[in-house]
Amino acid sequence: MIGIEELASRIPELPRAEIPLWIERRWLRAERGPEGAWHFTEVDIARVRLLVELRVTLEVTEEAMPLVLSLLDQLYDARRTVRALLEAVEEQPAEIQQAVLAAARQKA
Amino acid sequence: MPLRAGERAGLDDPYQVLGVPRSATAEDIRKAYREFAKRWHPDTNPDKPEAEARFKAISAAHALLSDPERRARFDRGEIDASGAERAPPGGPGGWREWAESSEGARYRSRGFDFGEHAGPSGFEGEDFEDLLSRAFGAGARRAGPRRGADIQLGLRIPFLDAVRGATRELVLQDGRRLSVSIPKGAEDGLVLRLPGQGMPGRGEGAQPGDAFAVIEVEPHPLFRREGRDILIDLPVTLKEAILGARIEVPTIEGPVAMTIPPWSAEGTRLRLRGRGVDGGHQFVVLKVVLPQGPDPALETFLRGWAPRDGSDPRAGMRAP
Repeated sequence: MIGIEELASRIPELPRAEIPLWIERRWLRAERGPEGAWHFTEVDIARVRLLVELRVTLEVTEEAMPLVLSLLDQLYDARRTVRALLEAVEEQPAEIQQAVLAAARQKA
Repeated sequence: MPLRAGERAGLDDPYQVLGVPRSATAEDIRKAYREFAKRWHPDTNPDKPEAEARFKAISAAHALLSDPERRARFDRGEIDASGAERAPPGGPGGWREWAESSEGARYRSRGFDFGEHAGPSGFEGEDFEDLLSRAFGAGARRAGPRRGADIQLGLRIPFLDAVRGATRELVLQDGRRLSVSIPKGAEDGLVLRLPGQGMPGRGEGAQPGDAFAVIEVEPHPLFRREGRDILIDLPVTLKEAILGARIEVPTIEGPVAMTIPPWSAEGTRLRLRGRGVDGGHQFVVLKVVLPQGPDPALETFLRGWAPRDGSDPRAGMRAP
């Protein structure tokens, strides 16, 4: 976990002034430490890089950000779910795997 | 307003390099290229060291914009000015790896409110547990106490209990006795839900499942049912059928007196209004039975009898 200073030094393009807005809107879900400073975990840092890419590099407007993020997050939600289901199927005996795959193919 | 992809990049933008608007025609682009290429050709600008870079940029811009397909892809933001594929946001090595890992659940979608454009169901994010429980029923929920399973029981009841309504006792596999109230007019296949009488739940505060009693109505020796109507076959004698009679008919609520009009043929349906189920009627279907023979008096009478109606009852049945 790192603080905002180190975050800014790791991501030079970071518009620091926007960070409170990002957190307030839950685009960035960082947590406050006991002393009140924001803490960023590795996943939060990756999220900041994504937000920088969208806001700075692609110049997505503030108004469009909720839509873009929602679509991205839903896509990854779906991918996480599919991955979890596939991993669960992989742990099953071969005949169950075959049955699930055959049924899924029929529906696809 | 954000600038469109490509515009922001200054001299990287092939339109700016050639000094033409984005709406420029192929002819505009070709003219601009000729003019700029002449002006910035390194051979004609030996005193300007930046000329070679400018000339290369002009050639590259022309190469991109003179190819309609590549120009269109650039305009859509699919490729950058160098012609390289633009990575989608959060592409490989970036956000995607995190988002797809279990830590990514921290950034689970909360849906997006499209405001007035939202459909009736909105645009809600759906979490994993929602999806599983939708696919496999509520039992798939992992979190928290687990509701007990539902059980299904067959309940065979006499015809009249189903028609009139009744309270029956049901003995479960585990020995529990349940009092089941059968509604008036219950039909075969009716499912009665007995809330909380299924398998016990697992975990603290877990709800038990429900029991479902599937009603099977036993047939009755006299009555049949057609929806809300009750049918009964009623044997009548030849004499009753011809002369008429006042006779007693069983109904689901007990016997009632009924008049058979004279000259009632076999199969006549007589209605007993309101004697069915829930406002339905009872229909009495007459079956004319002959007297147990032999009856010499009747035979003698018939031999001497010349029917007034001499028509052939099989007149319509002759083979064509």
